[in-house]
Amino acid sequence: MIATLKKKIDLKHYLATLRFALYCITHPLDGFWDLTHEKRGSMAAANTILLLTLLARVLSLQFTGFIFLRVNWDRINIFLYIASILFPLALWCVGNWGLTTLFDGKGRLPQIYMASCYAMTPYPLLQFPLILFSNVLTVDEAEFYTVLSGFALLWAAVLFLCAMMQIHEYTISKTILFTVFTIFAMLVMIFILLLFFSMISSGVMYFISIAREIMFRL
Amino acid sequence: MKRLRRFSALIICMLLALASSMTVFAEEGYTYNYDYWGEIQYSPDAYSVQKVYTAADMGLEGKLTNPQGLNVIGNMIYICDTGNNRIIELERVDQDTIDVVRVIDSFQGAEPNTFSAPTDVDVTEDGYMFICDSGNQRILKLDLDLNFIMEFTKPQDSNFDPKQSFIPTKLSVDTAGRVYCIATNVNQGLIKFENDGEFSGFVGATKVLFKWTDYIWKRLATQEQRAQMVSFVPTEYDNLYIDPEGFVFVCTMNVNGTDLDSGDAVPIRRLNMLGNDILIQNGEWNVIGDIIWEDAGGYNGPSLIVDITAMENKVYVALDKVRGRLFAYDDQGRMLFAFGGAGNMDGYFRQPAAIEHMDHDLLVLDSVDASLTLFTPTEYGSLIYQAIEQFQDGYYTESGESWQKVLDRNGNNDLAYIGIGRSLLRQGKYHESMEYFKLKYDEDNYSKAFKQYRKEWVEDHIVVIFLIVFLVLCVPLAIGRVKKVKAEIDRADIFKV
Repeated sequence: MIATLKKKIDLKHYLATLRFALYCITHPLDGFWDLTHEKRGSMAAANTILLLTLLARVLSLQFTGFIFLRVNWDRINIFLYIASILFPLALWCVGNWGLTTLFDGKGRLPQIYMASCYAMTPYPLLQFPLILFSNVLTVDEAEFYTVLSGFALLWAAVLFLCAMMQIHEYTISKTILFTVFTIFAMLVMIFILLLFFSMISSGVMYFISIAREIMFRL
Repeated sequence: MKRLRRFSALIICMLLALASSMTVFAEEGYTYNYDYWGEIQYSPDAYSVQKVYTAADMGLEGKLTNPQGLNVIGNMIYICDTGNNRIIELERVDQDTIDVVRVIDSFQGAEPNTFSAPTDVDVTEDGYMFICDSGNQRILKLDLDLNFIMEFTKPQDSNFDPKQSFIPTKLSVDTAGRVYCIATNVNQGLIKFENDGEFSGFVGATKVLFKWTDYIWKRLATQEQRAQMVSFVPTEYDNLYIDPEGFVFVCTMNVNGTDLDSGDAVPIRRLNMLGNDILIQNGEWNVIGDIIWEDAGGYNGPSLIVDITAMENKVYVALDKVRGRLFAYDDQGRMLFAFGGAGNMDGYFRQPAAIEHMDHDLLVLDSVDASLTLFTPTEYGSLIYQAIEQFQDGYYTESGESWQKVLDRNGNNDLAYIGIGRSLLRQGKYHESMEYFKLKYDEDNYSKAFKQYRKEWVEDHIVVIFLIVFLVLCVPLAIGRVKKVKAEIDRADIFKV
């Protein structure tokens, strides 16, 4: 009895937090403040939004009208394609968290992740209708699609800024500064990762070639 | 039992998957085209070699030496045997016989009455022969009985640099008897002579190409350094051809890979009388010959177009000097097919110098091999031409059928899909044609078809659309109204006890 009641409350809470995303994107400053400070967001809802974003991106590959998107299916790796969102997102969260903790940002890593996911809401929200919309357009009307999809990205970008500002309790100039720094941090991390991988692979190759050499000699 | 059946089904599926992954790739072919993604798709041969003619095959004593010029009019073929200072007149007697009519090495009426390194010849419909007598620095106009009519020499004009020597290399004559010629080291464009021999100016100089980085470099360099740098001058043309509509096709080999990729360099142009380039480039790729070039086997860099010929059906064929390939384009600048190669076999070239067409047949002159190759269209090639010509003549249904035949022979022919689509579009079968355009990513034609289809669809479903709109707008309104009345009744004092 209690278990089912709890489940019901959980579901209700989840739906409420998911609906809160709609409030967030229309009232970014207020919404993102409440997201963490009033605990009106949830991790489950953030994950759902991220999942929807990925889904929108993958579905748009298949279902967007060919006037706007042409896919060379021979060259597409769906996992790489999904990773092209997840990997930068992870880098962003870690980079932002690493920097802001040093400069008295109030946000913790899970909160940064949650706010980032909430900030992505406009993308799936607009992309799903756009996928349908793109199939009833001709070349002459292509601008509608371009403008709308550009608008979704711009909206998300503004939301990202607002989210970071409210979570870390920064001023706007400090937020912009740290956004730029975060992008640098991401680049540095990519560089180190590449370095790391290439070093590991040459290290492994070293032992493999030694082993080969020994086997040849024996 | 059930489990066993399921297991065997699984095994069969796995075997099938394995078999399909072992697809044998088609061997490198002779004829190919580029698909939408810029990848080579081999196709059936559009042309096959009818015969390769050496001097002996034509019935000529001695060899050809470094032949440069080629001209075809009707059944007659003229070759400039540059190294032997003569012009050879040939006649194509039947499908695969080409015989010498006469060897022209002198004429009457002017001194010197012999040729010196003639590089190009053009014979007009009204029976005059124009010869680029480059060694004697003149262009000769003879009649077909070899009587001297007139000559075109170095222009005595303020526009023409007096210190500049006049060495004509290529020429072409339009229907009004005006001579367009290309001369060595003249980079102002084509030299144009009126039919009375008067120099009337330059036509179609190329725009000067320079990069702003080069410009800054030059500003920083000293006088001496600047003198050593490449100067920004217009490129020279290497060959020209007046097409049946009277426009001048010109080509230049002075291009490099980066400029071609970016679209800055234009190796093939079609000039109107004002010298503006009116070549239509509606294809997915620029008209530059090969769009990917591998540096292998001693052949480097992009295609260098050495000559062009244009047929009655507006198809033009460009000849690549580097790899000995021929590229055929339609009037929209879309590649129809490419074939050929470098080598010693029939259908391959050592150094192709000139190309001409005789109806749909193609003739290619190889200057090192000293031979003339005659190509005739195969069934596949003829079908492509047939489809194009039928469309041009307004037989849209028949054109679609011809493209369908092309498609039956080569499923990778993108133009066949678009051709069928255009034919269906003209017949008003919008929905069917959309499928074909969609398959080959032709957004413009697709949009045309879709616009009509959408219009028809809306007209057919106008009642339903209207109903839906009505329901969506009015039902919530009505419900709201009902609720409001209900609430008012509930609140009303009369009913309160």
